[in-house]
Amino acid sequence: MSAFASSPLWRVLRTWRGGVSLAVLLAIALAAIFAPWVAPYPYDIQNLSATNKAPSLAHWLGTDEFGRDVLSRIIYGARTSLTVAMAAIFGSVTLGMGLGAAAGYFGGLFDRIVTAIVDLTWSFPEVLIALIFVAILGAGLYSTMVAISIAYLAQFARLTRAQIMAIKSETYVEAAANLGSGHLHILFRHLLPNAITPVIVAGMLAIGDAIILEATLGFFGLGVQPPKPSWGAMMSSGTGQIFLAPWTILGPGVAIAIAVVSINLFGDALIEALDIRNRVREV
Amino acid sequence: MALLDVRDLSVSIGALQPLDRIAFSLDKGSILGLVGESGSGKSLTAMALMGLLPLIGGRVSGGSVRFDGTELVGLAEERYRALRGHRIALITQNPMTSLDSMLRVGEQIDQVGLLHLGLSAAQARARSIELLTQLRIPDAATVHQQYPHQMSGGMKQRVVIAMALAGDPELIVADEPTTALDVTIQAQIIQILVDLVRQRGLALVLITHDMGVVAQACDQVVVLYAGRVCEGSSVEAIFARPAHPYTQALIACIPRAGQARGSLQGIAGMVPSVSNYASGCRYHPRCALAQAVCQTDVPPLRTVAEHHRVACHFAMQDAASHG
Amino acid sequence: MAEPARATGNLVQTRGLTRVFKSRASLFGSKRELAAVSDVDLDVPRGRVTGVVGESGCGKSTLARLVLRLLDASSGSVHFDGIDLATVSAPALRKLRRRMQMVFQDPYSSIDPRYSVRAALLEPMQVQGVALDAAGQDARVTSLMAMVGLNPALAASYPHQISGGQKQRVGIARALAMQPEFLVLDEPTASLDVSIQAQIVALLEKLQQDLGLTYLFISHDLGLVRYFCNRIVVMYLGRVVEILPEPQAAPRHPYTRALMDSTFEPDPKRRRVVTLLHGEIPDAFNLPPGCAYAARCPQASARCRTERPALLQDHGHSLACHHPLT
Repeated sequence: MSAFASSPLWRVLRTWRGGVSLAVLLAIALAAIFAPWVAPYPYDIQNLSATNKAPSLAHWLGTDEFGRDVLSRIIYGARTSLTVAMAAIFGSVTLGMGLGAAAGYFGGLFDRIVTAIVDLTWSFPEVLIALIFVAILGAGLYSTMVAISIAYLAQFARLTRAQIMAIKSETYVEAAANLGSGHLHILFRHLLPNAITPVIVAGMLAIGDAIILEATLGFFGLGVQPPKPSWGAMMSSGTGQIFLAPWTILGPGVAIAIAVVSINLFGDALIEALDIRNRVREV
Repeated sequence: MALLDVRDLSVSIGALQPLDRIAFSLDKGSILGLVGESGSGKSLTAMALMGLLPLIGGRVSGGSVRFDGTELVGLAEERYRALRGHRIALITQNPMTSLDSMLRVGEQIDQVGLLHLGLSAAQARARSIELLTQLRIPDAATVHQQYPHQMSGGMKQRVVIAMALAGDPELIVADEPTTALDVTIQAQIIQILVDLVRQRGLALVLITHDMGVVAQACDQVVVLYAGRVCEGSSVEAIFARPAHPYTQALIACIPRAGQARGSLQGIAGMVPSVSNYASGCRYHPRCALAQAVCQTDVPPLRTVAEHHRVACHFAMQDAASHG
Repeated sequence: MAEPARATGNLVQTRGLTRVFKSRASLFGSKRELAAVSDVDLDVPRGRVTGVVGESGCGKSTLARLVLRLLDASSGSVHFDGIDLATVSAPALRKLRRRMQMVFQDPYSSIDPRYSVRAALLEPMQVQGVALDAAGQDARVTSLMAMVGLNPALAASYPHQISGGQKQRVGIARALAMQPEFLVLDEPTASLDVSIQAQIVALLEKLQQDLGLTYLFISHDLGLVRYFCNRIVVMYLGRVVEILPEPQAAPRHPYTRALMDSTFEPDPKRRRVVTLLHGEIPDAFNLPPGCAYAARCPQASARCRTERPALLQDHGHSLACHHPLT
């Protein structure tokens, strides 16, 4: 069996859930990357004589209160959502794994301090933490990323810490110490590779949550600032004309829904594929 | 008539046949050692004797097991249940799996008396304490009230033996009862088992990988390899005149007192697993005497001397050279 | 003070080695202490095999780790070739590990299942900063595998694809990768089938002779220890109770006698008489004063229960007992 055929990715693709959700995600990603070519209009061209127009051939999803094409803004908005979510989660995973691994490996007072801080962030709802950090750092792209990063830190730290603590007493870790390995070698060669799988899956699912969190911040005007489109901000301004031009709020809303649902389905399929593979491997 | 008579017993699990035509018999008041390494099928034999194969998805696919004249293969479960724990008892390797960690040990021994002997609660309790005392457990009444986690491994195993004895059995099947214990405790437990057999006229099937234990405790020995019987005879004959190359090699694997350094060899090759048994004689890949016939023909179990049976195409030659 | 090792011919020396573990009996219980190893003076002569034998709780595994400084001692000292391990710096200790290695008991858990045999055998070089090009790596892996009798074709295999005996050979090869002088073998055959045990023991013998290694061989199997070792250290509940200068020496400590009586010979003509011991192994957290074996010893006297016997030497035969067997 070739390496690919037995890899988890292939197993995922073979299921309906995995294949379809991945296809949708790829479509969204490609649309976001190639936005200037895919979107029919630039996102900031205003046409005040054609505001709140219903969907038509010229504007597939209609126009918003400034006459801007909703579809194009959604496509460009994908850029914002995906970039922010992925960057934030990447940062969160890296920092969370680092803290969790150090806490789990070294234990003692360091562990207790880190766990206490992480548990503190764990006990607040993500929205609240994100709001606190945006309040401190001011609204905007980078502060949104940082805020979301910190909001999700706790789960990766805890996951990693638990995995590390479970593995560090394995004999092969002692054997590595016996060879003269330093802590870094042991962490990177023996502990983290075994801890990484559940963290990756959790990270994937967290991207979905991060998209929603970014949209929430955007809804309150605390995320990316206009004229850069953000799905959340679009929904926020859409509430003003919800009866007049419902497509201005439905468009971005459905976009968020499709993106998050696809991520969750893909994550589920991935968990299942990894699980089966592990089971088969043991036989 | 032998108390236990096993003939041509074969066990299958799914498409695999881990046990093939096992045969041995056992009288009252004697101890049979069933010896083998991992994958030899000795634990499966224990489960087959106890009628517990369905628990692991296995079944007896051939042969017969007669206990005191009653055929156990195909016996209805209700009748088997009446025998199990009562006339036939099982002692397993790990006392933690035989004992319920949520119940006091005394209660667990009492249950046997209540269930199988129809004793009253007070009678069962008195009997349990009596058994624990006989097994040299100090302060048995206090121990009766303890939980398994409060006791050492040796004590727990003695509790398990008490449970086995509580039903007044005629046959005990002990599957590696001392492997998990310290060596001084092991010696004690083996001695207790031997004394029980001699004093009460029980029959004991002692399953082990330890030839030292076999030499110390057993009257008869059956050697298993890869699910088949290699050799079966009295304990004196097995050690003095081992006829099967595997038996010879196995005995040579154990260092003896005063043995010169550098003389221990081991058996080349690996212990086979069920999915890759060799054709013909299953031992031939590791056998120094192997010839072409060993690969194609399964050697039958033949009698080579009184009460001494061997399954090997070249056993006679070897018996002669060792005689 | 330890004499210079070369003068005494001891590669490893421990003096008063002690290791205490603390724990809590229950959530709000008081802290209690367990002396896993107490006051152990051990000499390991160069080029010979020193056996350490004892049952569970005797401290032999802890001792193995203390000797290699995989665990820090609570008190006492360990000298390797005259160097005090406790005072050595971390980089120096790492270099020292090239000379002293351990073979672990359970081959199933002592190799990281994520890495191939080849990767496992190259890890020592990686850790010690020995750079090898691709050809050099291949050569090293092949020669190590040949040294332990493994088919080089298995280099690309993963641990779950090879047998227990083969895994243990990989463990031994890994320990030999940096050409050590000293190997601590912590029950290296206990998890293996009897026929494979003997294979591995034969391999270890050959390696010891070919490479002039010094072994500290730890086991609960007295029969194996008497076959394999030049001298035997007997431990009970953290202390040394007897040191036999040669394997056939007659035991003088009642515990050693009990161990010997419990080790059955594969010979029905030489059955042992097992005297059933009274008493149980005392709780290691709550050792009574006096000799730790007094609770089970058939000849324990009042003196045994109050005064702990010191380890005394007599023509190379050390003994800690008030009433030695003659």
